[in-house]
Amino acid sequence: MLLARIVGTVVATRKDPRLVSNKLLLARPVDPKGKAEGNYLVAIDTVDAGVGETVLIVSGSSARMASGMKDTPVDAAVVGIIDAVDVAE
Amino acid sequence: MQMARVIGDVVATHKDPNYDSIKLLLVQPINADGSDVGRPLVAVDSVGAGVGETVFFVRGKEASFPWYPTEVPADAGIVGIIDHFHVAK
Repeated sequence: MLLARIVGTVVATRKDPRLVSNKLLLARPVDPKGKAEGNYLVAIDTVDAGVGETVLIVSGSSARMASGMKDTPVDAAVVGIIDAVDVAE
Repeated sequence: MQMARVIGDVVATHKDPNYDSIKLLLVQPINADGSDVGRPLVAVDSVGAGVGETVFFVRGKEASFPWYPTEVPADAGIVGIIDHFHVAK
């Protein structure tokens, strides 16, 4: 799973019917220290995350195992809001 | 599977209900010589690994199989703690 910071929301009127009433968020992966890295991605929100929060994103087919995402066409889902990351080194 | 070093832990209070009582660890994939390769990622732990240990983990939907039939939304999971390994010259 990836650590990412929510940087915005995504609005789409015309989309797959199974995505209706799901919130789409724009996220930017971050390293354990919080520095942004890599490409932006659109993720389905399952935990009521908001802009500015650090979240846990699950990608690939596992995203469909997030709560309420069964059989939906998603490959990235926000499944947790990060309170703290403790790096030992 | 891929070898990695556990470098930290991740705390999330608000998360997918299927994550309850599952430990999230920060892992850094490593080469056969122990050097870092690629970016660190968050993995679920099914074997009781801890910071500083060398482990191997699976990527993809298989990461949730240790908790089957519960559908844990994980795309990376630690499935073994490495005691030692040997590379033939």
